[in-house]
Amino acid sequence: MPTHDQEPDSVGVTRSNVDEPPRDPDDISRAPNPADERNPPEWRQDFPIDWPKDELVARREFAKFLVLTSSAFAAGQGFIAARHLIKQRRSTLPIRFKITSLPAIPAAGVVFFSYPSEHDKCVLVRLKDGTVVAFSQACTHLSCAVIPKVDEGVFVCPCHEGYFDLRTGRNISGPPPRPLPRILLETEGDAVYAVGVEERTTV
Amino acid sequence: MATKQHLTRAQRTTIINGVVCFVLVLVILQLWLLTATMNAFLGGDVSVVWPALGASLVCLLLNLGLLRYI
Repeated sequence: MPTHDQEPDSVGVTRSNVDEPPRDPDDISRAPNPADERNPPEWRQDFPIDWPKDELVARREFAKFLVLTSSAFAAGQGFIAARHLIKQRRSTLPIRFKITSLPAIPAAGVVFFSYPSEHDKCVLVRLKDGTVVAFSQACTHLSCAVIPKVDEGVFVCPCHEGYFDLRTGRNISGPPPRPLPRILLETEGDAVYAVGVEERTTV
Repeated sequence: MATKQHLTRAQRTTIINGVVCFVLVLVILQLWLLTATMNAFLGGDVSVVWPALGASLVCLLLNLGLLRYI
């Protein structure tokens, strides 16, 4: 009389040992050591012999990898939040910086300057109608320096062929996802001052 | 008498397939959230930072909960 329900083993290696744990009918091969059958070592689970086991392990591992990726994305969101907090604490009053004087800029002329820090390169352009505009020179795609082409009315990023409108800084074509940050200007007499930076997602 | 149902390997594979589908959708949602939040943050719009962090953490908790079923 069998001690538990035994199923016919039509395929695979069978043993005469009656002290076996219940098995799935679709399991094929068995571990040579009965102790391995009850507590299989990790390597035997990770590298199974049979296809059904292999597919099961592959999907389970894939799901675990996806959850690890999910943790990484949540950590990324945490990083953005931390950057936001640091930026809030460090925020200071905008600096007033004299860029140049208006008579020194010819029509369709360009002046390069740094604002608000010496590492933030910017460009001031005097358009053909006399209007003065200024933008950050860092492309919003991967921060390459954009080049003003006054005759064509665009800023060009030479790295990945990104184009921005010269008058508004709007991203016209190419990979840049946002307009160029605008430098807020003030004129006092003939002098042109930078008084702030306006970061934008749309124009 | 109630007995614990013993699932076959094929049934377990089906369950894992379902769990993987759910987790995949949630991970894609998180990827979209991350790119959209990064774009808004770099564009000076910080209003989405905290709601997006909350939504991403909820997705992570759902994923961890689903992982318990496999």
